[in-house]
Amino acid sequence: MKRYTIFVITENFIGILNRITIIFTRRGINIDALTASESRIPGVHRITIEVTVTEETVIQLVNQIEKIIDVIKAFHHEDTGVVYQELALYKIPVSRLDGGLEKIIRDHHAKIIAAEPDFVVLELTGHKEKTRELLELLKGYGILEFARSGRVAVAKRMLTIDSFVN
Amino acid sequence: METKMRGADIVIRSLIAEQAELIFGYPGGAIMPVYDALYDYEGQIKHVLTRHEQGAVHAAQGYARISGKVGVCLATSGPGATNLITGLADAQIDSTPLVCITGQVAAHLLGTDAFQETDMMGISMPATKWNYQVRRAADIAPAIAKGFFIARSGRPGAVLIDITKNAQVELAAFNYQPCQEFRSYKTHHPVSDTAILQAAALLNEAARPYLLFGQGVILGKAEAELKSFLDKSGIPAASTLLGSGALSQEHPNYVGKLGMHGNYAPNLLTNQCDVLVAVGMRFDDRVTGDLSRYAKQAKVIHLELDPSEINKNVKANVAVLGNCKESLAKLTEAIASKKHESWMAKFRALEQQENEAVVQHDLMPTKVGLTMGEAIHHINRYKADDAVLVTDVGQHQMIAWRYFNYKKTRTQVTSGGLGTMGFALPAALGAQLHDYSRQVICVVGDGGIQMTIQELGTIMQTKAPVKIVLLNNNYLGMVRQWQQMFFDKRYSFTELDNPNFIMLAEAYGIKAKKVSDRADLAEAVEDMFIHDGPFFLEVVVEKEDNVFPMIATGCSVEEVRLN
Repeated sequence: MKRYTIFVITENFIGILNRITIIFTRRGINIDALTASESRIPGVHRITIEVTVTEETVIQLVNQIEKIIDVIKAFHHEDTGVVYQELALYKIPVSRLDGGLEKIIRDHHAKIIAAEPDFVVLELTGHKEKTRELLELLKGYGILEFARSGRVAVAKRMLTIDSFVN
Repeated sequence: METKMRGADIVIRSLIAEQAELIFGYPGGAIMPVYDALYDYEGQIKHVLTRHEQGAVHAAQGYARISGKVGVCLATSGPGATNLITGLADAQIDSTPLVCITGQVAAHLLGTDAFQETDMMGISMPATKWNYQVRRAADIAPAIAKGFFIARSGRPGAVLIDITKNAQVELAAFNYQPCQEFRSYKTHHPVSDTAILQAAALLNEAARPYLLFGQGVILGKAEAELKSFLDKSGIPAASTLLGSGALSQEHPNYVGKLGMHGNYAPNLLTNQCDVLVAVGMRFDDRVTGDLSRYAKQAKVIHLELDPSEINKNVKANVAVLGNCKESLAKLTEAIASKKHESWMAKFRALEQQENEAVVQHDLMPTKVGLTMGEAIHHINRYKADDAVLVTDVGQHQMIAWRYFNYKKTRTQVTSGGLGTMGFALPAALGAQLHDYSRQVICVVGDGGIQMTIQELGTIMQTKAPVKIVLLNNNYLGMVRQWQQMFFDKRYSFTELDNPNFIMLAEAYGIKAKKVSDRADLAEAVEDMFIHDGPFFLEVVVEKEDNVFPMIATGCSVEEVRLN
């Protein structure tokens, strides 16, 4: 089993995400993370799915996704084939702030993006290992909430989605 | 200014524009505007009122399979729509072109649990090739155009279009534009010359090549190309369940049928060939048995239209993507003309074994009780070459398939992938309504017929001259066979107390006859074919007969049993 990123380039129609996820559900495969957004081309969406499966399974999944009528293209890469990023937000109570936290923020290049009377929100972008590491450290500061995005990724190979769309 | 019309009229006019001649359906609240519109188009499009929406969808499937056209079905929202699901799933897994149009509650009521509201988009999604909800009259024609194109192109399949009631009554301009392509959907895959050369090289070197053909040959209209390929290559060829009819069984290369209850030689010798050519088939588990022991010795050439089928179950050494009409023609040109007499003789020797061990006892039994096989044997004597065999699911299906003499393409309608009991009676009706002059023989079991027996009413109303042959063993026979073989004869809920089928058929005004003695069988079958109109023939068969050969679940094709 390996971690793969599946890229899906689709028309922006209602229900398309449902059609994609039932392919995983039917086979009893868990989606590790999923993000969806508009692409560079109006009307074309891109969905990025992170999944931990065998190579054989990821090929079957991609074939089945690509078979969906409104999917323009689907393909997959191992971690080495993609540039990817994740974003994490951490909500820390003001009452626990001290000098130690400042060092943690500096060391991790985290940012304070909001300061409220009762709490501050830190932001860190980076791979899961990095954001998890910060989470562990912040547990000592009474962290109130933690949220991490799915993977946002682009493939390393020199192909643009225009070649699929037209 | 363009004249505007009601969405409901647009639905019917769009269907007419797609050359739909026949709709199977059932009215109800949310589809009433469309039915109201239908009233104005008599003479331009026909509608058949079935007795249940499941009957409508299976009838549309039977019609589609025989005509090669898109089957069309109409139903209301909620239960009307959910009753279509089995048919959608069946059509989708068996690649049958189908467009189902369902009514839906008005757009402003969506998501409110309104009367007869069901999330048809959600429910039908896994059972369709494409589905779409229309909420505005202006979107109806483009959705129907796209739906028909998707249903019939590429690998055909099931489409559901859900139309809200407001869209049916609102006005919009009508200017029908058929759909021919759109960017996210690829229907044509050019055949790779490199792949053809690789396949030809394997075949020219092969000592024991073997060809398996499926329904892809029929869907791709490649019957003539298959025959030419076999004539030149000399390769023995076997059929899947749904491929039957694509090649005449009288062709010298034809060696029989594949799968759990197929023929002895075609299954056994799969594990002795050196090159396996699969044409328009998907290596279903009922064909392959245990995959880990399936044709491991062979180099596999797979001619297939659907990219997701390649390497799905069996890895291909050479995959030839594209319509087999094109790829078979190219491959025929690229190969050397050959004969494989000693290899073919192996098939014939095993066929002889099967004849002695199984076939002669099925077709010409000496025991007292009637067999299912002898009923089919008599049907073969009287049927026309292009007669259509429609079967349900179970023992009778396997026996009828094994012994029916397929001579022409598009002569078989059965539920293959989904195994839907209750399929046959409505599907036979649909097949018959495509062509009243053609013989349509509906072979069905006593379990399956009772799942959709209400369609006798539709047969009565349409006067469709379907020949219904009920092979009655008072059991859910296939399940009983498994209980006998694998569950210590614990016949758990498989025995049926049946109604008087003859009285039932006669209540619907259908001429009926019951046969329990061998002496009466031939004459009864003959009477059935002579009779002008629908006929119901009940054949009381041996209660505990089994279907052989058989590859038990989990076994390899080479473990096919003769008893």
